Amino acid sequence: MTLSTRSRAVPLTMALAGTLALSACGAANESGASGGGGGGGADTQQLSGDLVGAGASSQQAAMEAWQAGFQGEYPDVDFSYDPVGSGGGREQFIAGATDFAGSDAALDDEELTAAQERCSGGEVFELPNYVSPIAVIFNLEGVDELDLQPATIAGIFTGAIANWNDPAIAADNPDATLPDQAITPVHRGDDSGTTDNFTDYLFQTAGDVWTAEPDGVWPLPGGEAANGTSGVVGVVESTAGAVTYADASRAGDLGVVSVGVGSEFVAPSAEAAAAVVENSPAVEGRGEYDFAIEVNRQTEGSGEYPIVLVSYHIGCIQYDDQAAADNVKAFMSYVISEDGQQTAADNAGNAPISESLREQAQTAVEAITAG
Amino acid sequence: MSTDTRPAAPAPVQPRGPVRVERRLPRLAPLGLYLAGVALGAGLSALTGSSLSSTVVYGVVLGTLAVFLASRLVEGRRKATDRLVTCLVTTAFGVAMVPLVSLVWTVLDNGLARFDATFFSNSMFRVVGEGGGAYHAILGTLVITALATVISVPIGLMTAIYLVEYATGRLKRAITFFVDVMTGIPSIVAGLFAFALFTLLFGNDVRLGVMGAVALSVLMIPVVVRSCEEVLKLVPNELREASFALGVPKWRTIVKVVLPTAIAGLGTGVTLAVARVVGETAPLLVTVGLITGTNLDPFDGRMATLPVFAYYQLTQPGTDTQAFLDRAWTAALVLIILVMALNVVARLISRFLAPKTGH
Amino acid sequence: MTATKAPSEPRSQQAVRRPGDRIFAGSAKASGVFILLVLAGVAAFLVSEAVPALTAPAEDVPGGEGLGAYVAPLVLGTLLGAVLALLVATPLAVGIALYVTYYAPRRVAATMGYVIDLLAAIPSVVYGFWGLAVLAPALVPFHVWAADTLGFLSFFAGPASTSGRTMFTVGLVLAVMILPIISAISREVFSQAPALHREAALALGATRWEMIRMAVLPYGKSGVIGGAMLGLGRALGETMAVAIVLSGGAGATLNLISSSNPSTIASNIALRFPEATGLGINTLIASGLVLFVITLAVNMLARWIVNRRADFSGAN
Repeated sequence: MTLSTRSRAVPLTMALAGTLALSACGAANESGASGGGGGGGADTQQLSGDLVGAGASSQQAAMEAWQAGFQGEYPDVDFSYDPVGSGGGREQFIAGATDFAGSDAALDDEELTAAQERCSGGEVFELPNYVSPIAVIFNLEGVDELDLQPATIAGIFTGAIANWNDPAIAADNPDATLPDQAITPVHRGDDSGTTDNFTDYLFQTAGDVWTAEPDGVWPLPGGEAANGTSGVVGVVESTAGAVTYADASRAGDLGVVSVGVGSEFVAPSAEAAAAVVENSPAVEGRGEYDFAIEVNRQTEGSGEYPIVLVSYHIGCIQYDDQAAADNVKAFMSYVISEDGQQTAADNAGNAPISESLREQAQTAVEAITAG
Repeated sequence: MSTDTRPAAPAPVQPRGPVRVERRLPRLAPLGLYLAGVALGAGLSALTGSSLSSTVVYGVVLGTLAVFLASRLVEGRRKATDRLVTCLVTTAFGVAMVPLVSLVWTVLDNGLARFDATFFSNSMFRVVGEGGGAYHAILGTLVITALATVISVPIGLMTAIYLVEYATGRLKRAITFFVDVMTGIPSIVAGLFAFALFTLLFGNDVRLGVMGAVALSVLMIPVVVRSCEEVLKLVPNELREASFALGVPKWRTIVKVVLPTAIAGLGTGVTLAVARVVGETAPLLVTVGLITGTNLDPFDGRMATLPVFAYYQLTQPGTDTQAFLDRAWTAALVLIILVMALNVVARLISRFLAPKTGH
Repeated sequence: MTATKAPSEPRSQQAVRRPGDRIFAGSAKASGVFILLVLAGVAAFLVSEAVPALTAPAEDVPGGEGLGAYVAPLVLGTLLGAVLALLVATPLAVGIALYVTYYAPRRVAATMGYVIDLLAAIPSVVYGFWGLAVLAPALVPFHVWAADTLGFLSFFAGPASTSGRTMFTVGLVLAVMILPIISAISREVFSQAPALHREAALALGATRWEMIRMAVLPYGKSGVIGGAMLGLGRALGETMAVAIVLSGGAGATLNLISSSNPSTIASNIALRFPEATGLGINTLIASGLVLFVITLAVNMLARWIVNRRADFSGAN
């Protein structure tokens, strides 16, 4: 599947490519690929051609799992996903360079208009297919879990609460033995959907403590910054008293905060994250198959965890090209299937989407056509 | 650290002149003095709360001081300065070895876990979690780097030849100056430039291995020019003049006399340039993309490359984090080995081609 | 071709012009001009992408205070890290080059040079992770010590970072990265110092250091500066290692050892670019243009320094 012959080759350099191809006859695990796909027994249609996506790197681990599963069913489809970032993903999709985009944010109105143009004037689908709870995690000797109200979390990250034995923390955790240890809040140094969702949460739930507008770039000056999820988790692991926010699946041995929701404290979990997404209102004024949502940060619902990252798959309802339409349709229906969501969850630690979200997404996937 | 390298190699034998007999320290005295200084330093640091770094710092300073003072008293100022510089230069070398050893150890320690046959024979095609390898990425990096070298070295070398052998006046100054400026292009900008260029030529959805090679060439050419220029400048004029005097045309003089004389330096320069670009991540991601299967044709579609592979294994690991980190470190290890191998090849070539010298 | 008709050396005028000569000289010149074209292409691309950010109203630029306020701390961070790296690396590199060429036993010298070259082979991502995992934690005690004893200097005002991921650490990581570049070129230049000069110096009774000072260093000076400029270019433009190690994003400060550091231009682009949209992209590319201009200025300065004394080169 990979040594395609569609070529823009310049004859002069064919010799070079030729010699290299001679010495390399393909990876050991690729030769038997077409025999391996027994997963989709019911689906007998044979797909081929390219399926190209680009976008959020947050989906990278999940995408690897989806790709593996999808190519098991359709070994002849040439699938690739470039983790160039959400902005780049949306841009490339709108420019027609890719078949679908992965994005940590829904299209804004301007982009939506452009995207509709790209989709032959037709509808655009936006499916919240990757839902990941963001945990507030900390490194504090002898403390594995803490209950914190949103205002307390905001205070910690603004620097107003500077020590772990602060009365505001102690008030919610009467049973914990809080050491006299300075708090080192760690934030993401890169522009990320995680920061955007986290600051949005603080802004909406603790507006009087956290006054900065939500942004993908950490809006406060100074403080400890690190690059990417691995970076912030690494710093927290090696620094006593440090606290950060990161995908819940990466918490490892670190302490995890249960955040105050209504009158209870909810720990991050797949179920709690899926619950809040299901109960969040849709963005208004969107098309029939556009399921962009506004996550309900101020939820008081029992068992709902409001700090979640929702990452979308964005594509067309109507493609110019039959192969593209078939491939996107097949891929999306695999992604939203129970099997697809579980495979991703096993590899990436995200929260599988709920049954009603799946039904909703199914209507969009079934509507995909070529024309 | 620097105690195991001898601080004072035997100085050139001074002829004992008839006028005066020089007073010299016995052969092994500087080493002994140095070690005594180091021991004193270790003692001192033990008194003031010992740590490895303070022991080394005190030791080196006191050892150097001991050698200098003894030499100053016995051998006089000039000799003492010489010994001081010897100590300093050796220390500099020792200091540089510390990060090198630490780095190599870190990479080996983390990278050997997955340094197995699977890593070299398998790709990441349909691999989730553990297992898989970098076969596709290793070959992708080889193809793209080779292509970038094929583009950069002729252009860079010819430019260096032009600057040293032909150019005069304003054009020479302009090229020299702007080549230096070019070294400051951020790698992501080079990537975006190549992306914009190919988008302009072939439309929006183009992703080719050769785009990455072009982006890398933008980064590589100035390094090739700059290092080749420095080396070519050093070829003695006498050689050129001798060749001209024999009636050899200028271009044959350059090809047959100047380049072979400088070949060792040119090899180092090109290797440095390759090393400069082989680990670039950002420009390759925007131009070459990332795939999990094997694609070896740089003129058709996306390819996988080692640095991009390593970077995303490191920064976007899944729940089985250790498997991803192991693959990333092994990829880094392979990258280093690749460049080392290149280095060896360059050295062999230069040894083979270099003219025999008198001694 | 026509421009090279009148070379400064009279000897080439006497040589007969053969077709081979013409082709060779022409293609050499074409390569040089081609490089200028590529650079012009990059510059045109940068400028055209940066214009929207240059003309946008101040409140639309990320940060809300205009391009100047956005770029200024980045410029400071870039220069701070690169200069620190150069200050640390250049003397060390010259020392290494001298050691390998004139001090180390002949038999091991080549191996040692090779070992140092190895540093250049390590990809910058690896430097980043080494800096993060090994160097930064190792330097924490130094940070605390510096804040206590050197706190009166604004560079070490503190409070000391608890993770060690500071501008100081970045400077050292960059120094390690550019060390092989400077030392490889210095080594090459030093080893080419004319044997006659060296032997003459020794024959006159010079010590080894005096021989180096009189015969090797003047000869190799322009090469060392050239190598240092290459290293500086790398340090200014280094992206991934800085992005991984530095705890950046704070405003302008000279403080090298606190956890609030200005970011550098290149690392800021790498960190912000993937998720940037619209004017954000233009702003980042405008900052890339600034880096371009800084490199230009640095090189002008370096040229001026080199040219103050006549070139000491075999080809002159």
